[in-house]
Amino acid sequence: MREIEVAVVTQNIKEMCIEANHFLSRDMIDCLHSAKETETNSLGRQVLEQLNQNLEIAGKEMIPICQDTGMAVVFVELGQEVRVVGGSLNEAINEGVRQGYREGYLRNSVVNDPLKRINTNDNTPAVIHYEITCSDKITMTLAPKGFGSENMSRLFMLKPSDGYKGVIDAVITAVREAGANACPPLVIGVGIGGTFEKCAYLSKKALTRPVNEMSAISHISQLEEELLAEINKLGIGAGGLGGKYTALKVNIETYPTHIAGLPVAVNIGCHVNRHVTRTL
Amino acid sequence: MILVWKDIQNFTFYLSSWIGDSMSIKITAPFNKELLKSLRAGDQVMISGVVFSARDAAHKRIHNALINGEELPISLKDITIYYMGPSPAGPGRVIGSAGPTTSGRMDSYTPALLDRGMVAMIGKGYRSPKVKESIKKNGAVYFGAVGGAGALLSKTISAAECIAYPDLGAEAIYRLELNDFPAFVIIDANGTDLYGETTCE
Ligand code: SF4
Repeated sequence: MREIEVAVVTQNIKEMCIEANHFLSRDMIDCLHSAKETETNSLGRQVLEQLNQNLEIAGKEMIPICQDTGMAVVFVELGQEVRVVGGSLNEAINEGVRQGYREGYLRNSVVNDPLKRINTNDNTPAVIHYEITCSDKITMTLAPKGFGSENMSRLFMLKPSDGYKGVIDAVITAVREAGANACPPLVIGVGIGGTFEKCAYLSKKALTRPVNEMSAISHISQLEEELLAEINKLGIGAGGLGGKYTALKVNIETYPTHIAGLPVAVNIGCHVNRHVTRTL
Repeated sequence: MILVWKDIQNFTFYLSSWIGDSMSIKITAPFNKELLKSLRAGDQVMISGVVFSARDAAHKRIHNALINGEELPISLKDITIYYMGPSPAGPGRVIGSAGPTTSGRMDSYTPALLDRGMVAMIGKGYRSPKVKESIKKNGAVYFGAVGGAGALLSKTISAAECIAYPDLGAEAIYRLELNDFPAFVIIDANGTDLYGETTCE
């Protein structure tokens, strides 16, 4: 058994919160840059120009890319050969979020009770997902999620007979409704299969895959391409002001499902598609 | 930008505003309605002057105060509201990241504020048919700023002072001074919507 101190987890999560809110991953930066270079619609291009400048300013001056620094979503791959020592792993992660949001001057956007709505003032709790792996490591992906885009996400329980066309219609419906509200150009995370909650989980996880990487399953990567082309025919464009970049990428994750169902979840991601991964 | 000749009285204004960025019209808040009338959906503007931030929680309080006939912490006359809740200001800064939030969440409160003197709003995304109607009736304008460009936009804010509801933190009302804040006219005073008929209710 390899031992990992909770303090190390906290320190890393803290740094990851600050990093994710000031720097996008290389693939996202390149993608936004090439969109700016190739957009022909003049308003859409203006928006993309601002977004590229925004990224530069954010990194250079350490001002968060977006004021909605999100609710912290953490995917933890916990190796079964690891023993976490010194305290609770959950609490260590939340402590990292607490410190990261405070020390990084990030906005506290979490309320304690969804109906009574009192700000917790430290952006905790995080939403933490655990997966057990066969290793002696902990891999954590932190993905702060803004709610302009989260609010436009949808889940559809389709019938098996709806097939590919049903999936395409579902995604297009969600994207059309999201439109300008979700800060396009978007990254679309799609979950197909599993159960109701597994499907939603897959769609969130899909947003953390690099935008220059296609699904390894050939008919799914084809579907990703087809969906992106369909979405970009909508003409919503960057900032909703028109053009060919309504979305930058569609990432699909799948899972086996029940003979009677075809769940499809569409997690709308904005252009501030933040995620940082570290392995301890 | 299309110049409409019946707006001849604004011509000199356009000319002077085109110095510098030829695409953008420079305007200063508080706005008068004549100026707002001259703007068209799709125009690019650079906003300077004084605007006030308010988002969900502040709107709810203003709305409740109006219902209960209580005094408001700010006069709504001629004001521009920016739907925005900033991230905390880092050391040596007046404000943190400061981009627009989704305007549609404020829709149910908006007509009442427009009727009481608010003349313009800055936000992102769609507005309801009721808001559009009220914008037209009151000769107001809805501007859109680029969502997710909070670092860039913060650089155009030279002063920020909390003037009401400090307990709301990022959701408090701030008096903001803008210098060439970039935005687009989304819904003009005629009720023309750059986004077309798409709306969120
Ligand atoms: S949807 Fe994304 S870019 Fe838009 S305000 Fe929210 S976090 Fe920022």
